[in-house]
Amino acid sequence: MNQTPASSHSEQETPSVAEATPVVVFRNVSIAFDGPPVLDDVSFTIAPGETRILLGPAGVGKSVLLKLVNGLLRPDQGSILLFGEEISHMPEQQLFPLRTRTGMVFQEGALFDSLSVRDNVAFQLIQERVPDDEINRRVRDALRFVELEETFDLFPASLSGGMRRRVAIARAFIRQPELLLYDSPTGGLDPLTSTTIIELIVKERDVYHTPSIMVTHRIQDAFLLCNNRFDPEQGCMVPYPKGETDPSTTFLMLEEGRLIFDGSLHQLVKSKNPFVREFLE
Amino acid sequence: MAIAMIEKTAKNLVLTVQDYSLFAWRAFTNLYRPPIYWPEFLIQADIIGFGSLSIVILTGFFTGGVLALQSAATLSAFGATAVTGEFVSMTMIRELGPILTGVMVSARNSSSMASELGSMVVTEQIDAMRALGVDPMRKLVTPRIAATICMLFFLTIVSDAFGIAGGGAVTVFMNHQNGTQYFDMAWEHLRYPDIIQGLVKPLFFGYILSSIGCFYGLRTTGGTEGVGRSTIQAVVWASVLIIFVDFFLTQVLLSLFATL
Repeated sequence: MNQTPASSHSEQETPSVAEATPVVVFRNVSIAFDGPPVLDDVSFTIAPGETRILLGPAGVGKSVLLKLVNGLLRPDQGSILLFGEEISHMPEQQLFPLRTRTGMVFQEGALFDSLSVRDNVAFQLIQERVPDDEINRRVRDALRFVELEETFDLFPASLSGGMRRRVAIARAFIRQPELLLYDSPTGGLDPLTSTTIIELIVKERDVYHTPSIMVTHRIQDAFLLCNNRFDPEQGCMVPYPKGETDPSTTFLMLEEGRLIFDGSLHQLVKSKNPFVREFLE
Repeated sequence: MAIAMIEKTAKNLVLTVQDYSLFAWRAFTNLYRPPIYWPEFLIQADIIGFGSLSIVILTGFFTGGVLALQSAATLSAFGATAVTGEFVSMTMIRELGPILTGVMVSARNSSSMASELGSMVVTEQIDAMRALGVDPMRKLVTPRIAATICMLFFLTIVSDAFGIAGGGAVTVFMNHQNGTQYFDMAWEHLRYPDIIQGLVKPLFFGYILSSIGCFYGLRTTGGTEGVGRSTIQAVVWASVLIIFVDFFLTQVLLSLFATL
């Protein structure tokens, strides 16, 4: 069993990250829905510039944890700090401005069916009454980032599953959020499309250094994210030299609502925890 | 076992009533607080108002016709077929116009609101909206409620007009009575309290049918099956509540106008 706290790992590998004020702090968070706890006494932090990969099989509470981060769900116990503000008991109206500082990519994209790709990506900008010309320019930039500029006028129904996720990523990126939350962004996609999505996440991580949490049950995607970097000269994802991994990317693992691992890729593969071993193998 | 089931059902019922009361209060207060999403209001007004026009016209016209047929048959026994116009107009304006329009619009729009919002819940679009910093209550619920209250008021007037016209058509073409007499009687005996009664009711019914539709839509759980369940519950409860509230509202309005 490996229960290395995030801070100690960060002290070892990324001292500058550990010293900064955490973007997200979970302290002894528990939540249940008409039954046994979905999350039980979960504590961890996310430092600025840090990418956390939340691993675990289906149904262990990964998506619930992600929804707790931006206050879409409220914990039964414990406290959650987002950008230094306690949000566990914050009224919904006060949470809205805080949420605009985060970007979230949902499991199936969660695009608004009745709106075009342009209006989906620009949803927040439209609410803020940004002028149309600027909206169009920023939407095109965001769509170019996910390499889907040609979908500007299309509706979500005419997009494939992978394209929907990429549009959802563009929607999450457009206001350059201070925290990104990815809920199984590759779930149900073919390997090639999954790699495209991971490449976008790597690109975002290495270009903008936005702190993020990526929920996944696919270990290959987690390794891909950790073992690659974005090369701006080549304009694509390239692997780190053998034995090196991204220093800002670390892992969390859940088992039946409990956080059983918090550490680096190196620590993960060396873990003696039988659940971690079984999951990796 | 049976007691446990009764207890669970009772608790669920109380919880639903509590949740709906809180929801209805929040929706009501949102009607008077900015931001008000005017484009959404206009879109919903078009969907609810113009979209329901045909069913309201048809329902109103044939209900007026049936009223004329039935009343003429009964009134002829007393030699009072001349008051068919008064009977039809009074019944349509005071009672059947508002209630039939409410129930018809509820069948069409409570269901569509529940299924639309329910689908958005199960596909996480509601959560996505909240994550993007927009309040679904203000963006989705308030425009629907405001548009329904506004449009049901006008749809009721349309229903009343076509009901009286339907009664007139039956009186002239089927009962072979004098049309001028029918419309004279329909107009002459109409008083302001009758009109006010008929126009106050749709304001309440509009609020009930839209808030119930949105309420059941937003508390959808259980995927596509859950959407179907929410739709049924929305239509059933909106229709029942409209008739239930109509009973008490009629009593209040009658006693109010009796004292004037």
